[in-house]
Amino acid sequence: MSQTLLDKVWAAHTVRTLPNGATQLLIGTHLIHEVTSPQAFGMLRDLNLKVLYPSRTFATVDHIVPTDERAEPFSDDLADAMIKALRSNCAENGITFFDLPTGKQGIVHIVGPEQGITQPGTTIACGDSHTSTHGAFGAIAFGIGTSQVRDVLATQTMALHKPKVRRINVNGKLSPGVYAKDVILHIIRKLGVNGGLGYAYEYGGTTFDAFTQEERMTVCNMSIEGGARVGYVNPDETTFEYLKGRPYSPKGADWDAAVARWKATASDPDAKYDDIVTFDAAEISPTVTWGINPGQAIFIHEKVPFPNEVPEKDRSTAEEALAHMLLKSGNPIKGTKVDVAFLGSCTNGRLSDLQEVARYIKGRKVNKGVKAIVVPGSQGVASVAESMGLAEIFREAGFEWRGAGCSMCLGMNPDKLVGEQLCASSSNRNFKGRQGSPTGRTVLMSPLMVAAAALSGEISDAREVFGIK
Amino acid sequence: MALEKITQVGGRGVYVPGDDLDTDRIIPARFMKCITFDGLGEFAFYDARAFAKAEGQTHPLDDARFTGASILLSGSNFGCGSSREHAPQALYRFGIRAIIAESFAEIFFGNSITLGMPCVVMSGEDIRSVAKLIESDPAALLTLDLTEKKLSIADMDFPITIAPHAHEALVTGKWDAIADLLEGIDAVRTRAATLPYMAA
Ligand code: SF4
Repeated sequence: MSQTLLDKVWAAHTVRTLPNGATQLLIGTHLIHEVTSPQAFGMLRDLNLKVLYPSRTFATVDHIVPTDERAEPFSDDLADAMIKALRSNCAENGITFFDLPTGKQGIVHIVGPEQGITQPGTTIACGDSHTSTHGAFGAIAFGIGTSQVRDVLATQTMALHKPKVRRINVNGKLSPGVYAKDVILHIIRKLGVNGGLGYAYEYGGTTFDAFTQEERMTVCNMSIEGGARVGYVNPDETTFEYLKGRPYSPKGADWDAAVARWKATASDPDAKYDDIVTFDAAEISPTVTWGINPGQAIFIHEKVPFPNEVPEKDRSTAEEALAHMLLKSGNPIKGTKVDVAFLGSCTNGRLSDLQEVARYIKGRKVNKGVKAIVVPGSQGVASVAESMGLAEIFREAGFEWRGAGCSMCLGMNPDKLVGEQLCASSSNRNFKGRQGSPTGRTVLMSPLMVAAAALSGEISDAREVFGIK
Repeated sequence: MALEKITQVGGRGVYVPGDDLDTDRIIPARFMKCITFDGLGEFAFYDARAFAKAEGQTHPLDDARFTGASILLSGSNFGCGSSREHAPQALYRFGIRAIIAESFAEIFFGNSITLGMPCVVMSGEDIRSVAKLIESDPAALLTLDLTEKKLSIADMDFPITIAPHAHEALVTGKWDAIADLLEGIDAVRTRAATLPYMAA
């Protein structure tokens, strides 16, 4: 007793202790995509090794797929070579591939949950740092490098050291117009971009209890931006409700047995944590970033800080950020001109994100000076959104409605910022050059704040633009 | 798989100042369109270098005085951001064999150790002292000694720290876990059989 979910899942998946003291941890579910897997398959071939559990690896293609013209061959030869490599690696090894024609393709962190592959009490790894997203289901999910992708393919395990656990409580009700995205931006702002180093973040409290599964995913997604490789929420009825009936979810009697097991994996009420931090939901306002890491964030009504207002160790980064963002200390962030609005990514490219925005933008128009694009996180999200008429609402408002993928979250496909364009983005990283232009500028925010920026042509308070009280 | 025991890294140094140098900075995503890691070296810090050039400045990695340097020094939270192994691979292929920083992001750290590229921690003050020494004598040889846990340059020694498990892995030649993991395959199957979701 008095164990955390991490303790329980770790124990259930420990194969043995390695000579160097690391745990050989069984990875129940392995997700792969086209960018970080081809080199791993190459290493496997060099070592003459086979995939040990092909049925426990699932593949999709997300980072490089174009979101407009999707006929193959892609105009970009390298992108085309990458999708072909993934296709042949999957076929050769008997791995399920949610390829473009399947109607199930999408961002790996959206596809896993959507298919019911992501389940409580499991371990998940993927060669992508936002794998922490899957923790929203009470899974322990790690982002890994390519050599570890190789390790998981060959042995279904990897060598890991058990992280400490920090419990992050958020209690109370969020004000109208404040979203899960604001919660995680606020947490990172307060705990720092490396505050989570060596920790898994366990999110809880009444705010999380009330969150939908998709809101929990938004928060867990950005754990890594706070330095925590793993983030999770204990599974509950909301989780089970979400999973029920999904293609890979257990069925019939297996379902009941699974739910009983899942319930038992949640942290015990008297679980011991290495650290506990508590936030009050009522204190969180819509949050936007002003700098070049996700911790450089302020409430929409705050002013761009002066470097001497931030802790001394963050000062040089603050100066660099101001220079890159072409923002002036002491000026309000509100009113900053926006060139591009990007709605999508594994943080906020889900159906509920699109529904929430569509509800407010119906009948309104994107500002003439703004290029606004909506990139559904998966083909599944896209087709439901289309059948609900959301695509039409976005198009009528002047948004481009695109095919599923990572798109402008990282600019590995043709969707990129140009020059010093400033992008209001629902994604998770505002690093220099992240959106495809070395001098491009990214301001992270919630989907509704992106919509407010798109409509007004400047960084705005969505509550004012849409009359939310 | 017998791997080289890494106890010492010697070479010249190069200082790339800055905190939170993220993986997008180390290797911009657009250069990740590849199916092997070969040739990534030239793209290490690509945008930062191009930017410096455009401003009429020289990025340390392009500074002729530091050409051939194999020990990289930087600030805190080095390698934060994505899990892309392309980042340490690009540095390694550029010629870097060890990194010294005030702190490292976790995934980057693990990826680097798996390549046999030590990432060691030194105080900011010491890093800046070493940077000054390199600046005044770029030809000076640095010796990173993992056994003695120190960095030597000229007649001076600076203490370093490294996570014990990474230290052990490097000095015993077990920095790539695959061999150890493969030895446990029978135990893996036994463990997997206890988990209903893996049997399905
Ligand atoms: S949407 Fe962005 S953060 Fe998410 S997997 Fe794709 S590139 Fe990574």
